[in-house]
Amino acid sequence: MTTSEYDRYRPPEEPRRRRRRDHAAAADSPSEASAYAVGTAVAPSAGSAMGPDALATAPSGSAPAAGRRVGARRGGLAPAGGDGAREMAMVPEPQFAPADGYYGRPVVKAPPWDERVALYLVCGGIAGGSALLAFGGQLTGRDALRCNARLTALGAAGVGALALVADLGRPERFLNMLRTIKPTSPMSLGSWILAGFSTGAGVAAAADVDRLLGQALPLGPLRRVLYGLEAPSGALAALLGAPLAGYTAVLLSDTAMPTWNAAKDDLPFVFVSSASLASGGMAMITTPTAQAGPARALALAGVAGDLVATKAMERRMDPVAAEPLHQGRPGWLMRWSERLAIAGGIGTVVSGLTRNRWVAAASGAALVTASAFTRFGVFYAGKDSALDPRYTIEPQKRRLAARRRAGIMHDSITTAG
Amino acid sequence: MQRLTAPDSAAVGDNPTADAHYAHPRARKGFFTDTSICIGCKACEVACKEWNRNPVDSNYELSNSSFDNSEGLGADTWRHVAFIEQDRSRIEAARESGRALVSLGMPQIRNADVPTTAGEAITTAITGAAPGPLSAAAVPPASGLPPAPELGDLDVLSSLGGGPTRPEDARAVDTTPPDTPEFRWLMSSDVCKHCTNAGCLDVCPTGALFRTEHGTVVVQDDVCNGCGTCVAGCPFGVIERRKDGIAQPKTERSAAPVTPTRPGTPEPARNVGVAQKCTLCYDRLVDDQTPACAQACPTTSIKFGEREDLVDAARERVARLHAEGRTEARLYGANPQDGVGGTGSVFLLLDEPEVYGLPPDPRVPTADLPRMYARAGIAMASMAAASALAFMLGGRK
Repeated sequence: MTTSEYDRYRPPEEPRRRRRRDHAAAADSPSEASAYAVGTAVAPSAGSAMGPDALATAPSGSAPAAGRRVGARRGGLAPAGGDGAREMAMVPEPQFAPADGYYGRPVVKAPPWDERVALYLVCGGIAGGSALLAFGGQLTGRDALRCNARLTALGAAGVGALALVADLGRPERFLNMLRTIKPTSPMSLGSWILAGFSTGAGVAAAADVDRLLGQALPLGPLRRVLYGLEAPSGALAALLGAPLAGYTAVLLSDTAMPTWNAAKDDLPFVFVSSASLASGGMAMITTPTAQAGPARALALAGVAGDLVATKAMERRMDPVAAEPLHQGRPGWLMRWSERLAIAGGIGTVVSGLTRNRWVAAASGAALVTASAFTRFGVFYAGKDSALDPRYTIEPQKRRLAARRRAGIMHDSITTAG
Repeated sequence: MQRLTAPDSAAVGDNPTADAHYAHPRARKGFFTDTSICIGCKACEVACKEWNRNPVDSNYELSNSSFDNSEGLGADTWRHVAFIEQDRSRIEAARESGRALVSLGMPQIRNADVPTTAGEAITTAITGAAPGPLSAAAVPPASGLPPAPELGDLDVLSSLGGGPTRPEDARAVDTTPPDTPEFRWLMSSDVCKHCTNAGCLDVCPTGALFRTEHGTVVVQDDVCNGCGTCVAGCPFGVIERRKDGIAQPKTERSAAPVTPTRPGTPEPARNVGVAQKCTLCYDRLVDDQTPACAQACPTTSIKFGEREDLVDAARERVARLHAEGRTEARLYGANPQDGVGGTGSVFLLLDEPEVYGLPPDPRVPTADLPRMYARAGIAMASMAAASALAFMLGGRK
């Protein structure tokens, strides 16, 4: 395609390579010419040179064939003529269909949270449930359970808090979380819950650590204060235990991520169940079977709740918004979480009957892993649901249409005037 | 277009400044982006980046999908121009969906005076017009350019075709649409919506996001700790945490209060790790200046002003387009009863919102927060009860 008289001064060109053939179902021959015409329509002259046929065929011919996400994302320059020596088709084909939204690009943005936040979700559950077990042990005189559960609670809360801080864009400003108490922000309330919980769990655990070390901590007169605060601190941690385990469900649901938001009615139940079975499992690992009876009972309650709540959640969610929970990595995690929970539950019963420490530890490990899988699965599903505009657009269009059918017209963001 | 002095007592209607308890709230400011006269020049994108010194958001990569290479709003792109090419069937579908909106009885203005005046302006423009060819892409054939239109008020493209101008008349008399063109290009400059009920603002745990006295939503760079909750909370996918990035050197701007760098080295990006989005040029607003994008827009597609006035203008404009048979025109964000309580940035769209990458039925997540807390409360109580029960039934030690 000669565009100017200077063309003949160009250096000889290498033969065109067609590296990008894979994306371009588009470049299949019949529509190629028109695709090129559309792509180069930058110049007014090119626009006027295009026949109406070329313009009409390119989009309509390709729209059905081009599946979702066919379009190349950011991927550098087009291959041929990238040296600027010739006019290039920067736009192979307008791959676009209404269900795709805008070129298949996300409508909502996934939060910049990585695995560290998912780890925090797991740790928060384990910590919260462990504080409840520790408080029970404290009240019923199960010393080993109390001590182990307190240490677990503090350790999990500490790891979780560190993971959370490390995930901040400006970790050095983590204390800004405690600038305000803001009920509309689950993150704000959660920060206060975590801070209060950690304080309670920390003091209670410190007393147990001191006892374990034979009062070797250099506390001096403060030892009395510590032991005096031990019981109320354990109670504080237990009071905030369930909120710590469950608030993260609200944190996730109170977002525009389609899967998390659609799960808002049942996700708290999934999360507290998962926390119960994880903390029960953790105590079964750390504590002799003789004292781990309540842990086993809590774990079993958690398994039952987890299985029921997860099924209920998936059934009651918008079917499209629920899809990410069944696909890919989150799908795998959710499936294995269910299997491990069942296996761990059976193992828990067996260990309760046989009082075999190894069975108890193995089932405990299965339960902790099940809980981790649940939370990682939910976490990834929500992030995945933001990437495909379909999950945002389809449920919204459906609910809008349903409202219109029901005669509710006043609340649409799109108006005729 | 812009009133330089806002009345101090103007906390009216759906003005969210009232909730912020300002001693002297100002009228709510906003944008009206009329995509029917956007030419996709991206002057708004450039002006925004320059004024706010936002970093480049890629290594000059091409999206390979359209002339839109900035792809979407984000931490470094606060104005984004969307490009969409549509064929005849898509245009007809858009026209049909717009007509369906009208027949659904969506809220419309009943004030007949305003459209009439607009109609008269059109008539004078048409009678004074000399016939001649017109080469704009999305314009139906026939008629010509008016000689010297009053630019702020009159829109060249819409003055073609004439016809009834009141919406009522439009429905009653002749709704024959103008000849449908073979194709059209949709261009739309997207921006933060500055919602009445802003999801980002609600979920921000530090109070870094706040409601300004102009009713807009702004991040305080020095307070935000980059937790990212707002990113997930925005139903429009606007706000984002800034990663690293390099702002290109602007030697003319060396006087600006930024850490000085050696000449020739790129200026380091500011506010890395912090949530960033459109501020509606808060720094310019406090000085009674127009936001950079609106000032740079050559076609007045981006209009800035008091939101109430803008919504009135937007309704007039839709009525006029409808009267011409262009029923694909519709408003986005003008309804104070929608899922986000109306937006500060109102858009006139020529197709369904999702075509432009906008959510069709956004709902601020915090609207359901009381219910979520209630459900979570039940769940937490169940967990506490379950552990109490576990100790009762868990056997003797």
